[in-house]
Amino acid sequence: MNIDAIQRGIVLDHISAGRGMDIYRALHLDELSCSVAIIRNVKSPAMGKKDIIKIDEDIDIDLDVLGFLDPGITVNIIEDGVIVEKKHLALPHRLTGILQCRNPRCITVQEKSLQQIFLLKDAERHIYRCYYCDAEQK
Amino acid sequence: MRHLINITDFTPEEIVELLDLGDRMIADPAQWRSSQQGRILATLFFEPSTRTRLSFESAMQSLGGSTLGFATADSSSTTKGESLLDTISTVSCYSDIIAMRHPREGAPVAAALKSRVPVINAGDGGHNHPTQTLTDMMTIRRRKGVLDGLTIGVCGDLKFGRTVHSLLDAMSRCPGNRFVLISPPELRVPSYVTDMLQSRGSRYTEVESMEAAMAQLDVLYMTRVQRERFFNEADYVRLKDTYILTPEKLAGARDDLIVMHPLPRVNEIDTRVDDDPRAVYFEQVRNGRFVRMALIQKMLEDWA
Repeated sequence: MNIDAIQRGIVLDHISAGRGMDIYRALHLDELSCSVAIIRNVKSPAMGKKDIIKIDEDIDIDLDVLGFLDPGITVNIIEDGVIVEKKHLALPHRLTGILQCRNPRCITVQEKSLQQIFLLKDAERHIYRCYYCDAEQK
Repeated sequence: MRHLINITDFTPEEIVELLDLGDRMIADPAQWRSSQQGRILATLFFEPSTRTRLSFESAMQSLGGSTLGFATADSSSTTKGESLLDTISTVSCYSDIIAMRHPREGAPVAAALKSRVPVINAGDGGHNHPTQTLTDMMTIRRRKGVLDGLTIGVCGDLKFGRTVHSLLDAMSRCPGNRFVLISPPELRVPSYVTDMLQSRGSRYTEVESMEAAMAQLDVLYMTRVQRERFFNEADYVRLKDTYILTPEKLAGARDDLIVMHPLPRVNEIDTRVDDDPRAVYFEQVRNGRFVRMALIQKMLEDWA
């Protein structure tokens, strides 16, 4: 894989420096058979330093997970060596099946069939609350 | 279909409408004797209760309806391992409305996802208790004449006190109310409650001394430190008698203060306070039946 230019795939740009590996694990990129490159501490005029992940295949990315972990990321879709689409992320309003409620008194502890749902309550402070019990999670 | 899970499921205007109906029911209960004839209320109490369960049953029977249900989880199929969601799916086939209490926080939210009939939250763990709040609001309005512009002290277990969380949620929507949150540091209100107060621009202070706060209060809402909410018995024992209201401590209070308590009490209000005309906690019990009559009537008729 030429990490400078891929023909068809996805480039995750503007990852906060040092978070590249977290994103790699959260998106289960280790399970892919294609080439994946994590480039750390790339100089960036806007961010100082940033991480970049290049994936040499067009896969389905869970944008909610990505937006939750690092809402500043830009997702670039590459075809024939050029960017055909840029997706700017934001904190998702609703997270389903991503976080697990840590309140030991929450109904989700007992009723395992319930989907774990969190709703964004404070975008500035990145605070989500459990849909069922209101417990806070950052 | 509407449920009552949090007090904010109703608008302030709807709450006033409901309290007005409750007042009319107190004035002339006979007029409503048959209004829910043929309808069934299921009372599903996965956690013990005296007042809330009996007041719901009394309310439905006073409206001409009937009730079924269980008073403890032990007498339901929960003991066989049945899930809450399956229990709700089943009971909603047998009833027209469900009032449920559950030790798990958020259980009524989950129940409402499955139920074919309206669900009323009759208390979920240390989270919310909206029908107690309706009772409290009715009592405040009948005694003080207003629901706004009041200085309201809440005292005791503000962390696990579900009645407090719902009361603050409701009263912070009424303009001009100010709150004095009296608790030991370990039992302060959860952050979602203070976030809510801040987002509404409500004025509040968090203090430890009940005596120092007393003179400024229009309402003093006492709560029990709840043994059942503690994972550690030693913490409960250490905190349980932090606040005990006595006639002596009331000496510095206003003549028109009202002392409230959702009951049951343990030691937090000396029984000598019961004879003080400012003590209204048994009026709350009485009002609880009528406000639940109004609630059932509204949910099965006007808001169905």
